[in-house]
Amino acid sequence: MPLLLGAVAYAPKVVTIWEGFKAFFGRRGLDFDFVLYSNYERQVEAQFAGDIHVAWNSPLAWQRAERMARARGVTDRVRAIAMRDTDCDLTSIVVVRADSPIRSLPDLRGKRIGVGAIDSPQATLIPLQWLREQGIDAEREATVVRHDVLGGKHGDHIGGERDAAAALATGEIDAACIIDGNHLLFTQEGVLAPGSTRVLGRTPPYDHCNFTTSPHAAAAPIERFLELLLAMRYDDPEVRTLLDLEGLKQWRVGRTSGYALLDRAVKATNFFTPEGAIGVNGYRY
Amino acid sequence: MRALRQVPEGAVVAVRGAQPDLAIDLAGWCRAKGISLIEQPGASYLVSRGFQRQRWAHAERCGLSDPRAPGAVCEHASPTWGVAARGALVEAGGPEFQFPLSEKSTLWAEDAARLYAQAVANQWDPNTAIDWGQEFDLPGEVEDAVAQLMTYLVENENAALLVPARFLAQMHPHFREVQQMLAVTIADEARHVEVFTRRLGLRGRGPALSTAGGQTSLKTLFDAAEFSVASFLLSVLGEGSFVNLLNFLHVHAPDPVTAQVCRLAAKDEARHVAFGMSHLQWHLHHDRDLALRLRRAIERRHDELAATDGLNEEVFDALVLIAAGAFTLDAIEQGYRRVRQLEQEMADGRRARLMKLGFSAADASDLAQKHTRNFM
Repeated sequence: MPLLLGAVAYAPKVVTIWEGFKAFFGRRGLDFDFVLYSNYERQVEAQFAGDIHVAWNSPLAWQRAERMARARGVTDRVRAIAMRDTDCDLTSIVVVRADSPIRSLPDLRGKRIGVGAIDSPQATLIPLQWLREQGIDAEREATVVRHDVLGGKHGDHIGGERDAAAALATGEIDAACIIDGNHLLFTQEGVLAPGSTRVLGRTPPYDHCNFTTSPHAAAAPIERFLELLLAMRYDDPEVRTLLDLEGLKQWRVGRTSGYALLDRAVKATNFFTPEGAIGVNGYRY
Repeated sequence: MRALRQVPEGAVVAVRGAQPDLAIDLAGWCRAKGISLIEQPGASYLVSRGFQRQRWAHAERCGLSDPRAPGAVCEHASPTWGVAARGALVEAGGPEFQFPLSEKSTLWAEDAARLYAQAVANQWDPNTAIDWGQEFDLPGEVEDAVAQLMTYLVENENAALLVPARFLAQMHPHFREVQQMLAVTIADEARHVEVFTRRLGLRGRGPALSTAGGQTSLKTLFDAAEFSVASFLLSVLGEGSFVNLLNFLHVHAPDPVTAQVCRLAAKDEARHVAFGMSHLQWHLHHDRDLALRLRRAIERRHDELAATDGLNEEVFDALVLIAAGAFTLDAIEQGYRRVRQLEQEMADGRRARLMKLGFSAADASDLAQKHTRNFM
């Protein structure tokens, strides 16, 4: 039985990436295969159904897996074993137009705040929770304008964020929540004109995706998988293209210390129930 | 990024800027690039983690740009060099391109660069190099003969364009000079097709006859699988004969436009022949068995075409009429003698070129006679 990894097909390159890693692992004696899902919900459910041994999970998928594990008493077997260097210490920002009269967070009251898709940690859940903790309950005191694109992919494709940024540029909304790196990206793409925006606020750092083990996964293949991941080097031509496609320079041992803000967001919105069922309304995937 | 490529792992590069949200943009950028960031008031400090340099580990220099430098053009061009400029530092891990023609010994020509430069300097403009508006009025039969010749020339130039094009598409760009020569040769042939077509229609005629025999002869050029064999049949033998033909037409042209067209085309074709000779000389020097394959190619072609008519009689008659200059018995007789003389000159030319390539006088005579009766 090969080690089965689940990944969400948020873009065509996901096939290239995992075919490449599959061949890489195979050449090093790890019997490995991957299964693609169209959304994280099916993927996390598959982990607990015993269909896959490890899942390449978004941080929100991790939140669901953690809850489902707790409800089943298997938290010691459902672990975040690895992540990318680029999954550590991200921040999200609240952006306004440079000439906007909005100068501080309280000025957001009564305004239209654009967010990403309903299930985007970086562009919806985290920034709205952070605003809540700064004393701004956006859903009650402002108008939250969601940009739902490809639900179930937890914002991986950044389509919702891009739409929010475009809406900010045209004046349809007054503020947009995006991940820090997309401020530069959207400026380079021309979605935001250079110098046309101002950052109103920035969340504390948080972490992103991780490889989550399934409760029934055997230890030895998981250990070997982790060993091979951590041994990958950026100067190795055999693997560098795959690392570039997946958006990292180095794999890191997994940590969960960066998920507290998202955990609070999930609780505050009941996005998932404590047992790991979907609690939020209007979530289509 | 330029600074970071030049420093070792652990080195620090300071960044200062006036843009208010620079620190935020730097944070996302550094994370994506694999650079550590230390944010301080007034400045950001980028700490290299070494990845910018690591990208270039195992990179390979694919020859040298100047072909005159020792070792510049490699004996074998690697698929991993892809379409990189010769002499570039090629990152490891890139895609492999499949170029069937990747061995210098089988495709090089010492004179390629010189002939290419000559070709580029001698690209004439069909609109200005030929005085299309010159007054002339040929008898109907002669104008018909010119139209038939031009029809025949277009057909042959189509082949002369497509045969090198097929090999150009298979050739590794490491061999830049040969690639360039083939490319400009194809441009030459396209220009010939244009001017032959234009002369053809200058007095309202349409294209005349295209024979099965002529096309069969040209098809055998397409069937030559090896670049050197195709080059030999097309350029050394075929286009060599064509230079004689075009010079003949220039001399005996019934009108000034035909004379100009043929003179200009002949100059280009002479260059194609020179390239073919240069290439064959190189390959023969590196592969003694090639001579046998060339001989077999001529013999096989001769056998395949034995059942065909060769030069179609309408083209032959058109040549005779053009060489005659008038539709009288004496003139036709003189025209006929001139065309026979042309055929002999073509055979002599082929024989001389074969001997220059190393065939004995006897073999050269024998093989020269076995060339297609279609001329090309």
